[in-house]
Amino acid sequence: MFRNQYDTDVTTWSPAGRLFQVEYAMEAVKQGSAAIGLRSKTHVVLACVNKANSELSSHQKKIFKVDDHIGVAIAGLTADGRVLSRYMRSECINYNYTYESPLPVGRLVVQLADKAQVCTQRSWKRPYGVGLLVAGLDESGAHLYYNCPSGNYFEYQAFAIGSRSQAAKTYLERKFNNFTASSREDLIKDALIAARESLQGEKLTSSVCTIAVVGVGEPFHIL
Amino acid sequence: MDSIAESQRTLYPYVTGSSVVAIKYKDGILMASDMGGSYGSTLRYKSVERVKPIGKHSLIGASGEISDFQEIQRYLDELILTDNMWDDGNSLGPKEVHNYLTRVMYNRRNKFNPLWNSLVLGGVKNGQKYLGTVNMIGINYEDDHIATGLGNHLARPILRDEWHENLSFEEGVKLLEKCMRVLLYRDRSAVNKIQIAKMTEEGATMFPPFSLKTYWEFSAFKNPTVGAEGSW
Repeated sequence: MFRNQYDTDVTTWSPAGRLFQVEYAMEAVKQGSAAIGLRSKTHVVLACVNKANSELSSHQKKIFKVDDHIGVAIAGLTADGRVLSRYMRSECINYNYTYESPLPVGRLVVQLADKAQVCTQRSWKRPYGVGLLVAGLDESGAHLYYNCPSGNYFEYQAFAIGSRSQAAKTYLERKFNNFTASSREDLIKDALIAARESLQGEKLTSSVCTIAVVGVGEPFHIL
Repeated sequence: MDSIAESQRTLYPYVTGSSVVAIKYKDGILMASDMGGSYGSTLRYKSVERVKPIGKHSLIGASGEISDFQEIQRYLDELILTDNMWDDGNSLGPKEVHNYLTRVMYNRRNKFNPLWNSLVLGGVKNGQKYLGTVNMIGINYEDDHIATGLGNHLARPILRDEWHENLSFEEGVKLLEKCMRVLLYRDRSAVNKIQIAKMTEEGATMFPPFSLKTYWEFSAFKNPTVGAEGSW
């Protein structure tokens, strides 16, 4: 992308009908380190590549538990991701307090998307610079959603975001037909292999990669 | 409480409904109440529906102030509408509605402006039967059989003895009729026009109102003091 005269603020359309600020926000997601998600009928697995700034610093936290039945992996501006995770946790807790029932994943994702959309239509705001892979379980089964800075959301069987995610996506595209019936262990294995693809030659160790699982009878937790 | 709001708090009920009785049975929930609305000691309104279906999965029965029950119906209509507008295959079950109502009732109680009702919330969702109650001070609990008001004292002892899991529909109705008959004999605010409602996985059925047969020829009723202390 190149600079142009329509990209100064988010409330300016380009003649081609594009909002460049929103697209630049999606670029920020593409530059972040990879996050991968896959789901079967009963489980959802999230994997992400954790890059530390230097050997002295700790690794970025990119996977957040939102509730016992929902977790997110983020790619992009992790500060924005933290803020959105806090919002999601708040929504889940409030719903649980009123209805004593877990918030259906689909509804949380729509609320999140509507929140992101607001930032694409206010001149004094900027879009969130983070893409979220939301993994969760509810009455209608296991779900994996991807929430964009644009305010769009999609449901996926498997997806990868962030830098060098195309390699992971290629692997997932080959294998995704088997995921619905996969066992928990096979799903985790596939997540690790996909993560290794996006590392492109670097060694896959537990210091570089984080895995989290949520499933039937298994609350969301980082392994 | 500031003096401007003083006149806005609920102080006493005006038109009230008497007991509601409900049980879990084999296929779901059965709930019964009479159709009376009392104005103090006058049995003024005789066709008040005190049991209503809520959404796809729940029944609500109310005793206490009828206008407050109508207000609660408005809250629940809005709740169900918003739930349906998501259009996403998820729906609020009886447990969720019960908890929502508990929050509403308790918060009103905390503001010293209660909704003067005792509510019974029952339903079936995904094969799970649910039956609970919440009253005007926010006390809430679940059980296999529930009653409000005088029903707690007259109907629940019967239910404790005779209720069991796997009651058939006919057995359940007979049991409820037995409870409602005792209430009709002994509760001065009961009227002889009963409404029974059923909730199963398939949905809600409201049965047409009917009257209970009563028997007034019991010798102990006709001659209550025969054999009393000091009589001859």
